Amino acid sequence: MEEVDVEPSTTLIPGAGFHQKHLGFEWGPGDLLVYETNYKLQGPRSASSPSVHVVRRDEDICSPILRKLFNESHLIFVGLQKIKEDVPSKNKKSQFVSISKNYRSVIRACMEELQQNAGKRSPDTHHVSILLAIELIWNLCEVLFIDAAPAGSLLLHLLDWVRLHKSDVDTRAREVLQSDSPAQHQSYWDVVISLVLQGRTDEARQVLSKQASLRAESSSVFKRMDVLLQNMPIFNPAGTQTLTEFDVKWRHWHEECDRCLQDNTFASNRHLETICKILVGDEDTLLEQRELLSTWYHFLVTRLLFTHPTIKPPDLHYYAQSSMNMFLGPRASPEPLDIILLSAFEFDLHQVIKDCSIALNNWWFVAHLTDLLDHCKLLQSHNLHFGSNLREFLVLEYASGLFTHHSLWQLAVDYFDHCPEFGRVYLELQIERVPLDTERKAIKVLRICEDRQMSEQVRSICKIMAKRALRNNRLGSALSWSIRAKDAAFATLISERFLQDYSNKGFFTDLDLLDNLGPAMLLSDRLTFLGKYREFHRLYGEKRFSEAARLLLSLMTAKIAPRSLWMTLLTDALPLLEQKEVIFSVDQTYELMSCLEELNLGTKDSNQTDQDEDIESTKTELLRLALARNLAMAIVKEGTIET
Amino acid sequence: MFVAKSIAADHKDLIHDVSYDFHGRRMATCSSDQSVKVWDKGDDGEWHCTASWKTHSGSVWRVTWAHPEFGQVLASCSFDRTAAVWEEIVGESNDKQRGQSHWIKRTTLVDSRTSVTDVKFAPKHMGLMLTTCSADGVVRIYEAPDVMNLSQWSLQHEISCKLSCSCISWNPSSSRAHPPMIAVGSDDSNVTYSGKVQIYEYNENTRKYAKAETLMTVTDPVHDIAFAPNLGRSFHVLAIATKDVRIFKLIPMRRESANSSGPTKFEVQVMAQFDSHNSQVWRVSWNITSTLLASSGDDGCVRLWKANYMDNWKCTGILRGDGSPVNGSSGHAAALSAVGIPGAAQMVVGAASAGRYFFPHLDSPRAGSRLAHLLPPPSLIEQIYEPDPSHAPQLRQRHAANSIIQPAEHD
Repeated sequence: MEEVDVEPSTTLIPGAGFHQKHLGFEWGPGDLLVYETNYKLQGPRSASSPSVHVVRRDEDICSPILRKLFNESHLIFVGLQKIKEDVPSKNKKSQFVSISKNYRSVIRACMEELQQNAGKRSPDTHHVSILLAIELIWNLCEVLFIDAAPAGSLLLHLLDWVRLHKSDVDTRAREVLQSDSPAQHQSYWDVVISLVLQGRTDEARQVLSKQASLRAESSSVFKRMDVLLQNMPIFNPAGTQTLTEFDVKWRHWHEECDRCLQDNTFASNRHLETICKILVGDEDTLLEQRELLSTWYHFLVTRLLFTHPTIKPPDLHYYAQSSMNMFLGPRASPEPLDIILLSAFEFDLHQVIKDCSIALNNWWFVAHLTDLLDHCKLLQSHNLHFGSNLREFLVLEYASGLFTHHSLWQLAVDYFDHCPEFGRVYLELQIERVPLDTERKAIKVLRICEDRQMSEQVRSICKIMAKRALRNNRLGSALSWSIRAKDAAFATLISERFLQDYSNKGFFTDLDLLDNLGPAMLLSDRLTFLGKYREFHRLYGEKRFSEAARLLLSLMTAKIAPRSLWMTLLTDALPLLEQKEVIFSVDQTYELMSCLEELNLGTKDSNQTDQDEDIESTKTELLRLALARNLAMAIVKEGTIET
Repeated sequence: MFVAKSIAADHKDLIHDVSYDFHGRRMATCSSDQSVKVWDKGDDGEWHCTASWKTHSGSVWRVTWAHPEFGQVLASCSFDRTAAVWEEIVGESNDKQRGQSHWIKRTTLVDSRTSVTDVKFAPKHMGLMLTTCSADGVVRIYEAPDVMNLSQWSLQHEISCKLSCSCISWNPSSSRAHPPMIAVGSDDSNVTYSGKVQIYEYNENTRKYAKAETLMTVTDPVHDIAFAPNLGRSFHVLAIATKDVRIFKLIPMRRESANSSGPTKFEVQVMAQFDSHNSQVWRVSWNITSTLLASSGDDGCVRLWKANYMDNWKCTGILRGDGSPVNGSSGHAAALSAVGIPGAAQMVVGAASAGRYFFPHLDSPRAGSRLAHLLPPPSLIEQIYEPDPSHAPQLRQRHAANSIIQPAEHD
């Protein structure tokens, strides 16, 4: 199948191409930036101020009413994916038909809403015409492919299809019937014939009765027509009648109509004569009703109704092609919609999908229809070996379009989830581009990534948020994001900032976070220290001195505290040493002493000024004194207890 | 496609590059007026210039954003033989009030002796690395070992390409199966030196970049080069802007022995070649998922290329200047703010000109248009379902349910 070559569309950029030769561009998430430039750097330089133009690709995404279509069809799509493989295929068919109807009713609802707004905004009418065409094609595909009605039922379905999409008959019928004298109404006969053309014989009889009651002199002719219409056999798929029985009955009725025509029964009334000719399926008469039929496919269905009511699916394409030729005439060139419908009548699914994707500017229709047809296993049975690829290709296109929208992107996630080959990679590429405007949004994106074990994206999002929080000096938030990112280096850095902050201010911020670190504090040594050091402060504040003392000591002996902070820690021990009751035991005091000496051995910093050194040595002296006094008291205390 | 809005960039000279940040909420522009401007997208969707400063003492060729994991960082390169790294700092409160942000220069990279023609950050999984290439034929790879201190950059690698370099592209693949890889294009116009695209690969053992491949079939000057996102495939896709647009497929060949230390060899295939620009092509670039390739050429057009599910490539869209001398003088009141074009009206124009709409518009129904018949009057829509009782209940029921379920509002 060779693809039709379609001329690519050209979009004009205002004010460009006059001063400079080239257009520069840059891809964005949902748009393309375009600017005038010159890559050759010869010729006159522009004196004017250049502009950057934002070119959007998919305008349909922006429409608020179509957004409803996207939202609701998403639910149907997800439901369809859940239909189990093991359900017997017979039950599945009815499920698929009902899903197809659900999709169509969403389109209908959307159209209705668009029409209510049609007066206010002009782009909507354009959307309505597209939706109408979509619904028309979808409905036909449902009849032919999904429901796959057999001979007999097939025509009934096609009649429903035509009635649904040629509904101006109802308006006119009501107009006529509600007028003062319906029989005199100028559209009276148009209505009767239109109803007959759609096979709505009962309604036609109803309208005809208005005329019959008026004309006593010709009542017998009207009576005759009434009987003809009443006796027209309609196939009942639910009944016990076989198709052959129906066919015999129908032929009998057809001969009856024919006889009336031969007898000139209706010669006195040209309208009734016309109706009778329609009933026998006279093609010339049918074509004379071009205005009332309005489309070739209505002509096709009416023609079949009165000539081949038991049409079999494989024979459809012959009648479709000839009906189109007869109706449009030899010179008229069919429009894309005609070609698409004709391909459907020819049961050429691939052509329908392909032509639709070319003719329609959005992927919604082809993606959903192809997905449904794929679930019906129709793409394989029609010998398209790339079936699942085609489905995935179209669903990916549609979902990628959704992702450019600030709120619809969440729907796209489910579509990507149901694309086995590239869905995950696409999701990974797209989701990390979602702007993380707020913490709430970041958490939403994060949850989606976590649910799918997308660990690299999870790490990256947390890292971005941590970095941003740090830039804005929100240390607590930065720390919690870097813990989520499991970013040890960054957690160390932020812990240091916390400690620095503490030494400047004398108190800790973000206590909620620091007090509830739990096992997360093991991410980095410095974070562990931060958490433990804060715990020391908490114990001290709660006057749990001996626990506080034990923790403080362990921070140094277990080498959790960085050497640079030992002096701070030892100074923190001072008030504990100065308490009236003994807190540090003899052994603990010895350990503290060795820490102090170790520190003094290690830190002979040559850069220290005399003043610094003075302070340090004073501190050391004070500590030694306090330690010695505590040791004395501890010895006395421990000795006392033992004896 | 349609032009949604136009922004008066207010540069005093030609714009050479425009760059979106990772999330598409900020953009940077650079110009021959030696300045860089940063623009932020407001909640209203309008773009506001939040910083504008002189960056170089020559034309600024390219500007690019680092991954947001590294903060708000820009790199620029210039005719003045330098590249520079810029970082946004959280400004004084009165700066914020004026809607301005403050960017400070973290480093100037002065190793090149000629114009620095391209600057790119390496993929983020490699750390914070910056690559430059210059007219003297050298590719330089710098690294910031401490991501918290962007004033320290060390020159890690110097790759001598022998030919004047115009463009570089990193292979974005983070797969362990693919060592770091960079493609370099040359705009040397001497056709006797064939192979204007060279591909270098990092070798774990020697800790050096070694040439893995030269695309010998590319003999004309190359102006731009772009690796496509890998999508988890075993092969790589590379787009090249030369006298035409070319898309190459690079398939790594199996190594003869596991411990062979030589660079990967590739089987090189041409996937597509388009000469619709008629002459030189200057830029090529992929969209996020590499479903579309855009190219810009001497015909004054930007063309969009797309592959279908059978890998047939086609031009799907063209952007062209309308050739009108619209003159946005910088003193004009609208010059600083974005020039909004009423969206609705524009959409109709765009749709009509796009030519993809095969279905006629309803607002101007042509004589005999079938769609006019297709369109039921609003009052009838409910009744449409009436004539066929077997289908009607289901459709209507479903419809009723729909009107109850309001579309979820997401943010």
